[in-house]
Amino acid sequence: MNFDFSDDQKALREQAARFLRDQCPPKAVRAILEGGDTYDRKLWKAVAEMGWMGTAIPEEFGGLGLGYLELCVIAEELGRVVAPIPFASSVYLATEALLVAGSAEQKQKYLPKLASGELIGTFASSEGPNAATPRSVKTTFRNGKLDGAKEPVADGSNADFAVVLAKTGDSGDRALSLVIVDLKAPGVSVEALRTFDPTRNQAKLSFAGAAAEALGAAGEGVALTRQILDRAAIMLAFEQVGGADSCLAMAKDYALNRYAFGRQIASYQAIKHKLADMYVNTELARSNAYYGAWALATGAAELPEAAAGARISATQAYDYASRENVQTHGGMGYTWELDCQLFYRRAKNDGLVLGPQRVWKEKLVSQLERKNAA
Amino acid sequence: MDFNDTPEEAVFRAEARKWLEANATPRAEGAAAPMRAGYARVEADALKRAREWQAKRAKAGYAKVTWPKEFGGMAGTPIQQVIYNQEEAKFDTQGGFFDIGLGMCIPTLMTYAKKDVLDRYVAPALRGEEIWCQLFSEPSAGSDVAGLKTRAVKDGDDWVINGQKVWTSGAHYSDFGILLTRTDPNVPKHKGLTMFYINMKDPAVTVKPIKQISGGANFNEVFFNDLRIPDSQRLGAVGDGWKVALTTLMHERLAVGGGAGGAGPDWKELLELARQTELEEGPAIKNNVVREKIADTYVRTQGLKYTTYRTMTALSRGQQPGPEASIGKLVSAPKLQDITGFGTDLQGAAGVIMDPTEAPMDAGFQQGYLASPGLRIAGGTDEIMRNIIAERVLGLPGDIRVDKDVAFKDAPTGR
Repeated sequence: MNFDFSDDQKALREQAARFLRDQCPPKAVRAILEGGDTYDRKLWKAVAEMGWMGTAIPEEFGGLGLGYLELCVIAEELGRVVAPIPFASSVYLATEALLVAGSAEQKQKYLPKLASGELIGTFASSEGPNAATPRSVKTTFRNGKLDGAKEPVADGSNADFAVVLAKTGDSGDRALSLVIVDLKAPGVSVEALRTFDPTRNQAKLSFAGAAAEALGAAGEGVALTRQILDRAAIMLAFEQVGGADSCLAMAKDYALNRYAFGRQIASYQAIKHKLADMYVNTELARSNAYYGAWALATGAAELPEAAAGARISATQAYDYASRENVQTHGGMGYTWELDCQLFYRRAKNDGLVLGPQRVWKEKLVSQLERKNAA
Repeated sequence: MDFNDTPEEAVFRAEARKWLEANATPRAEGAAAPMRAGYARVEADALKRAREWQAKRAKAGYAKVTWPKEFGGMAGTPIQQVIYNQEEAKFDTQGGFFDIGLGMCIPTLMTYAKKDVLDRYVAPALRGEEIWCQLFSEPSAGSDVAGLKTRAVKDGDDWVINGQKVWTSGAHYSDFGILLTRTDPNVPKHKGLTMFYINMKDPAVTVKPIKQISGGANFNEVFFNDLRIPDSQRLGAVGDGWKVALTTLMHERLAVGGGAGGAGPDWKELLELARQTELEEGPAIKNNVVREKIADTYVRTQGLKYTTYRTMTALSRGQQPGPEASIGKLVSAPKLQDITGFGTDLQGAAGVIMDPTEAPMDAGFQQGYLASPGLRIAGGTDEIMRNIIAERVLGLPGDIRVDKDVAFKDAPTGR
């Protein structure tokens, strides 16, 4: 049994944590929150210099060729500091889409620049509040041209290209396909959206006959999307666990230093038990995320249920920790001035960006039904 | 990161498996793991079957893998113990009667008793011939066990003991017990305690089983009426009883993986129940409330399972388990209550039926529902477990203790 990260991976974690403490203090996150820019360009550049975007990209495509365990370690640290950069969109989604479905040529074209951080990619499936299914998706790809609109698209304002789920057939599960579209090309317009978490940009992408090319075989859109989201969910779960950990650390620090009725509020069971529950939820989420990392790194057949388990558990842990962190801080926790809000916003953003718990629970139970045949 | 045994672990597992195949019957495919003894009703012949199995295990060295060979163990590592437990769980064996004795009492003896005492008691306990119980809790000392009142008074070379214990698991079939007493009420509560071991069959010891919500009666009240024991049965110094008790409780905490017994219905059983059950609007398995409960339970169960794997990894590397080892009971006991409450609800009005020939899945959900309140309390209540996590893991301050510096006899008490 070896269900832990290696010493090298732990050293990488330490290095990443030190780097981010220095490069991404809360005031850097706050600068994005308060409307400075749609992402922290300086941090993105610094992270690119560390080579992190290419952690799991093979060396032949300009990556570090390390692997997913290393990428998960980095993800946890990015989550811990609520890094305001398009890492999830570009690395967990766009890069994975190319690794999973890209042709040799497409990989050669995009991966080296994704690895270096020179290109930013994203993944666009939603069209408003409806689930993106063959029935609801209206964006079409015909004769090399893309028409329609996608919203919200994470990092839509930041990305150079998007992997888009579009209609290519008439109906049924094979009506959808993935395509790649250059967002700087004619026929594409990008409009930033006002959202819950301004530290993570979301945009509406509109296409009017924009040139695009297929990614993966026609009709594979639903199956490929599922694969890509499963993989991204595991990496994002590590960000969520890192964020939940930060909430616990903040709440603990505050409770130890805040006195009420003549003693530290951390000495009251109402607070202690809340923090204990935060700890328990976060450790369960961490263990589920570890299992996901194992499935991702080994390409195990259990990946779909491992991804769903990691996703649900991490979303629950981060939701709880971010809410109760505000609560533990009392009135101060509700102010703009304190950093509790950064995590409260990000927890909700992360919990929705790859689909809410409801969706993942249904995926999970469908999978369990298949695996445990009646 | 992988789930494979190291080559040495694989050899150990294969050997254990081979021995089990030669000596036990595999558990039937799909059979639910039995509830832990003590919470469900215990079958009449269970003790006899448990003793037979324990004797077999002891002879082969598997009764306590980690114990030194001189005490009948294998001098194995904690990870080997876990591997053996995993393998035994696949077989239909009866356990549950010796866990307290071998997990807590005898290890305490090993730390504090002299060689002649160990020569006398360890082997019969290991073989299941003599059973031990732990006499700590009292009517006015539960979560606050250091507030106990059972008095031991020195009389020449003897001690005379009077008082009452409660919630003593297995006292009614135990031969010996370790007993925490108050020897000095004039000092603060933690300082006036002393530990002994006693013969439970002494006529001065009276055991009265307590009938539980589940209908079982595995816990007892134990009364001492001028019980006289020699000073040679003392464990640790006079006044050091709290320190000795902490040793006992530490062994309880380190018993990672626990026995081979299961803990009642889980997500798989709920999935199965939902497949069998027809609701007003159709099959229960199609109901989204049911599906959400399956998912929520799965996530917590798996989270706990992989947390155990993290603990095992630490053990496998020769490290102490991290703080994650402390969350198990706090997650599993309320989860059992939650899922069995849900499973009985799913059966509608028939959810009240306890008869295993009538209720689905041998009434496992009903039994679990009645067992779960006990699990949330025994061995540290949910609230105490949260205190432990908050104080020992997160490093938050302890509660203000108004009795801390007060002589025990002057500390405030209720009726």
